Amino acid sequence: MVKTEVVLCGTSIKNPVIPASGTFGFGAEFAELYDINCLGSISIKGTTAEERFGNPTPRIAETPSGMLNAVGLQNPGADRVANEELPRLARLFDGPVMANVSGFSVSDFIIAVEKLDPVPNVGWFEINISCPNVHGGGMAFGTDPEAAAEVTAAVRGVTKKPVIVKLSPNVTDIVKIAKAVEAAGADGVSLINTLLGMRIDLKTKRPVLRNRTGGLSGPAVLPVALRMVWDVYEAVRIPVVGMGGVSRAEDVVEMMLAGATAVEVGAANLRDPFACRNIVRDLPETMEKYGIDDLSSIIGGAH
Amino acid sequence: MKQVYLTIEKNEKLTRDVLRLTLTGDASGVTNPGQFVNIAIDGFYLRRPISVCDKEDGKITLIYKVVGDGTRALSGAKEGTVLDTLTGLGNGYSLSKSGEKPLLIGGGVGIPPLFWLCRELLKNGVSPSVILGFNTAEEIFLEDEFRALGVPVTVTTADGSRGVRGFVTDAIGGDHSYFYACGPLPMLRAVAEATSFPGEMSFEERMGCGFGACMGCSVLTKSGPVRVCRDGPVISKEDVIW
Repeated sequence: MVKTEVVLCGTSIKNPVIPASGTFGFGAEFAELYDINCLGSISIKGTTAEERFGNPTPRIAETPSGMLNAVGLQNPGADRVANEELPRLARLFDGPVMANVSGFSVSDFIIAVEKLDPVPNVGWFEINISCPNVHGGGMAFGTDPEAAAEVTAAVRGVTKKPVIVKLSPNVTDIVKIAKAVEAAGADGVSLINTLLGMRIDLKTKRPVLRNRTGGLSGPAVLPVALRMVWDVYEAVRIPVVGMGGVSRAEDVVEMMLAGATAVEVGAANLRDPFACRNIVRDLPETMEKYGIDDLSSIIGGAH
Repeated sequence: MKQVYLTIEKNEKLTRDVLRLTLTGDASGVTNPGQFVNIAIDGFYLRRPISVCDKEDGKITLIYKVVGDGTRALSGAKEGTVLDTLTGLGNGYSLSKSGEKPLLIGGGVGIPPLFWLCRELLKNGVSPSVILGFNTAEEIFLEDEFRALGVPVTVTTADGSRGVRGFVTDAIGGDHSYFYACGPLPMLRAVAEATSFPGEMSFEERMGCGFGACMGCSVLTKSGPVRVCRDGPVISKEDVIW
């Protein structure tokens, strides 16, 4: 019997597979298809202090081996997530979930975290500092080490639950940001958020996305994500949650060898609603194939 | 929703760029006219959503237009090819609202979902009238199949090469209880403005997942945000914000 259990910021989860925020809603659509209790955890749809509709359509464009999205953080707001979505998810999924939170100012983050903090099934916060439209002269929190540290420290001050900061790959040196949030009190980091990209429609000669640009995800970004997880793992002591283009059990193993303690699966859920279930199902066989008895023993094993 | 593996029985050209795809296998996921399926195509990351034109036990018929690389690849798929398909997506039309004399209004490649709807209405003892709009006579498809159901069919062509010259709205006359429409956005808007009776229409959006997870196809309606893939694609006329 192989052991798939890992410990993420002090909490043990049965396997490292976690559907990534924005690709799994609040779990309900997937719970109609399979028992989502097979998952390690779930990162919920990015939640903001207030309800948001997001960007106009088209919000989606296809790319070679991937996709662009410019949804723009559509969500029902922290109150409804705390009072409706998370309790509903608690009936579908027994374990703790990752509350993904986003904001446009430090106080936005604080308000959202304070509202979600008392909800029992919130096991970790995942602080999304990778959205491109926030305060500080339009600079994203996630691309400036000082701003990243500021929001991390602010959130750290209002919850006792582990704070995992989700990092943007759209920077020259992601290690600098990772170190800044670690120093500011982050319990973990997750990476990568999507890579900024665009596509142009040859018929209309205009960008496909109404928002002009969107975030690239899918298998196309896997090597970029692996490289960044590797670099960050080398530089910080807190756990790294790896994501970016993971679609098979082999990708989970590869991400963990690069340094990930847990692994999020994003775009693959949209192409195949059973992607996460299949990855969890295939993990033991994949581990046996590569002579791995205990998944937690391979974290950073390639270094 | 069901994930099923369907086999291509036929993938035949109806006009220059419109094809009829007949698939055999488990059709049970499709429960309501106006629903769509989402087909994985080799070499393309996202699935292609296509409305269901007809359904019987063990068989699903789709009619699609070649509009880009994905549908072009699909048009080359041979008999016997197995397609990874998500079936039974979307809400579909509400048959119970039809009243006695509903009107079906379809434009171009928006026409297919109205065919199964027409058959189901007839099964319920309701006889609809049908308006089919095309740009030109060469683009006409499904007319004979609708006529074979024994319902009154009016064809319009924008260039007058066949039937009524003009748009579907030029053929909306008489006394109707309700309408069901599907077609390009400008047509839907014109239909909404030209009708004094209630109805519903099927919308199209670029989709990520097709089953409500990603919020990639959300639009605002008078009842709030709607995921076209899950809460739609059929939205009632009075809810639409133009």
